[in-house]
Amino acid sequence: MAKTFILDGKTIPFEEGETIMEAAAAAGVYIPHLCHHPEFKPHGSCKLCTVSIGGRLGAACTNKAAEGMKVESETEALNGDRRALVQMLFVEGNHVCPSCEKSGNCQLQAAAYHLGMLTPHFTHFYPARDVDASHPDVLLERNRCILCELCVRASRDVDGKHVFGIGGRGIRARLIVNAASGRLADTSLSVTDRAAEVCPTGAIVRKRHGFTIPIGKRLYDHHDIAEAPVAGMERPGRD
Amino acid sequence: MPAELETAADPAGLKRVVIEPVSRVEGHGKVTILLDADDRVHQVRLHIVEFRGFEKFIQGRPYWEVPVLVQRLCGICPVSHHLAASKALDLVVGAKQLTPTAEKMRRLMHLGQILQSHALHFFHLASPDLLFGFDADAARRNVVHVAAVAPDVAKKGVLLRKYGQEIIRHTAGKRVHGTGSVPGGVNKNLSRAERVALLGEIDTVVGWSREAVGIVRKLFAEHAQFYEAFGRFASNRLSLVRADGALDLYHGGLRATDAAGNTLFDHADYQHYYELIHEEVKPWSYMKFPFLVAQGAEAGWYRVGPVARVAQCDFIPTELAEAERRAFLAFDDGAALDAPLGYHWARMIEMLHAAEGIKELLLDNDLSGGDLVVRGERGLRGVGVIEAPRGTLIHHYRINEDDQIVNANLIVSTTHNNQAMNTAVREVARRYLDGRNLTEGLLNHIEVAIRAFDPCLSCATHALGRMPLELELVDDGGTVVDRLARHV
Repeated sequence: MAKTFILDGKTIPFEEGETIMEAAAAAGVYIPHLCHHPEFKPHGSCKLCTVSIGGRLGAACTNKAAEGMKVESETEALNGDRRALVQMLFVEGNHVCPSCEKSGNCQLQAAAYHLGMLTPHFTHFYPARDVDASHPDVLLERNRCILCELCVRASRDVDGKHVFGIGGRGIRARLIVNAASGRLADTSLSVTDRAAEVCPTGAIVRKRHGFTIPIGKRLYDHHDIAEAPVAGMERPGRD
Repeated sequence: MPAELETAADPAGLKRVVIEPVSRVEGHGKVTILLDADDRVHQVRLHIVEFRGFEKFIQGRPYWEVPVLVQRLCGICPVSHHLAASKALDLVVGAKQLTPTAEKMRRLMHLGQILQSHALHFFHLASPDLLFGFDADAARRNVVHVAAVAPDVAKKGVLLRKYGQEIIRHTAGKRVHGTGSVPGGVNKNLSRAERVALLGEIDTVVGWSREAVGIVRKLFAEHAQFYEAFGRFASNRLSLVRADGALDLYHGGLRATDAAGNTLFDHADYQHYYELIHEEVKPWSYMKFPFLVAQGAEAGWYRVGPVARVAQCDFIPTELAEAERRAFLAFDDGAALDAPLGYHWARMIEMLHAAEGIKELLLDNDLSGGDLVVRGERGLRGVGVIEAPRGTLIHHYRINEDDQIVNANLIVSTTHNNQAMNTAVREVARRYLDGRNLTEGLLNHIEVAIRAFDPCLSCATHALGRMPLELELVDDGGTVVDRLARHV
């Protein structure tokens, strides 16, 4: 008999070693997240998946499921905190959805819609961030980077290249690339790399392909992110 | 004589009347009038207080983002900017000839835009003046009163606009600020089911557009002397025409004629527009004053938009609109051509053409084709020109080897008409305001002249909500001697 824990009153089965996030996803239950991706090791940095585990707050993507555990996710307080986190991400960067090619396919935008974010609420920082267009096939648009490190993990763990890293601390933290010149063109990144297409926002995009998917056919045009968290990773039984 | 009434010989001691903002136009502008103690007009200026940041802040952006980004210049005619930018960037991706599906989808999107914009202007913004009189009670001179006394007219206006917006939604993805056009083509076609649905209403739309032309034609016939004389001035004209001389709002060569209709240049390749058109800067307006290089800054200004297009083309390639064009040209031996109010007539003829053109396109199976984008030899610059609802629209971009915009120049329709609008306003001031006590109704004559051009000042200002108008008459001692307010 499978082990189970309780998530928002539902009984969720899990395999030994699975995280709360993994077990919930397997059961078709969405826990908001941005830095988590089922193909990569947990990172626990965005804190969007913070849940209450027996009254203690923790990241669903890093905490292992345990027999009889009582977890709360869909509470007003937790979703309020998640909304504030997303709002802070919006004001820390320069996210201009109206002209962004990732609009409609962007997890940050979709998470914001899911959490009922209607305004940025906080004052925009309008940070000065560089755009690196030097690579022939890939655009690095740091204005849209949320420092989730999915590209860092993909390049390191899948591509075996270590193209991306995070430099600086605190508010000065930024995505850097592995080249003495600091230019993406001087790294070993290829457009076919996993790191080139894993970005949940529009920070790393394939050049010259923006806006080729018409409105109405984009991932989140008709589905809340809870139903289709990542392209190709739709929930079982969605259609 | 554009310089006349532009600058008073001695402004000291003159009274200053300000109309700000000009109402029932897109965006924000103001008019200043200087009067002496006898209420004689010495200076009239239409100032555009617009901030144009787009050329600067798109620098560094990837070129494929630009058609979607620059359309945010405006919420009324975003499709025009979307398509002009796409046309310019077609050349960057080497798409010298689009696929039939792509070209026809863009043309359909554009005609939807013409239809909705022209309907909006005529029924919502201009009809209160035309139906109730320029000096009618200001409280009733609005579209709400039109709906109250002529509900059928108001309803048709709303539904015509709605139909145009639906065409845009089906081609661009959204009614406002869609993404349908991309460098090299489009990102969607139109299914047969969509075409059938849109065709269901098109005959009604054509019929109502025809009625709208009839409304203006009748007004001209009934008030010929007034309509012909109001703000009248002669000028050069500029527009695109098709290779065979036909009216073409999407593509063609540049044609310019002088006030007598003599050709100044014809079928000029707009890739080199900057050899034909220069822009002059004046210290009292944020909007530049374009002029034809060969004629010089003083004599080379021109008008663009519906009158220029309908007057300059050799024919309109749709039957009903062509018949109306002939009636327009024939009216009192071409008297409507130099009349600012002739813009309303020509605008409705174009709306009829758009409705007919939409029908033709919806019946064309190419719209449902699957070949959407072409690519060719990469370029580093491109100019895209389109006839937007308000006139010729020029987008010019240069990019670097990394695909980033390094330089942009946009000349929007309203900018081309800058001198023309100023001249119309001065003619009206000279005729109706000079030496008279100013009333709200008289000042509205100034606005009626501006409104005829359907200026889109919102390219930068985006005024929202109600447009209050406050007038202050200040004597040379600085004392407010009269004050008028409305819509506040």
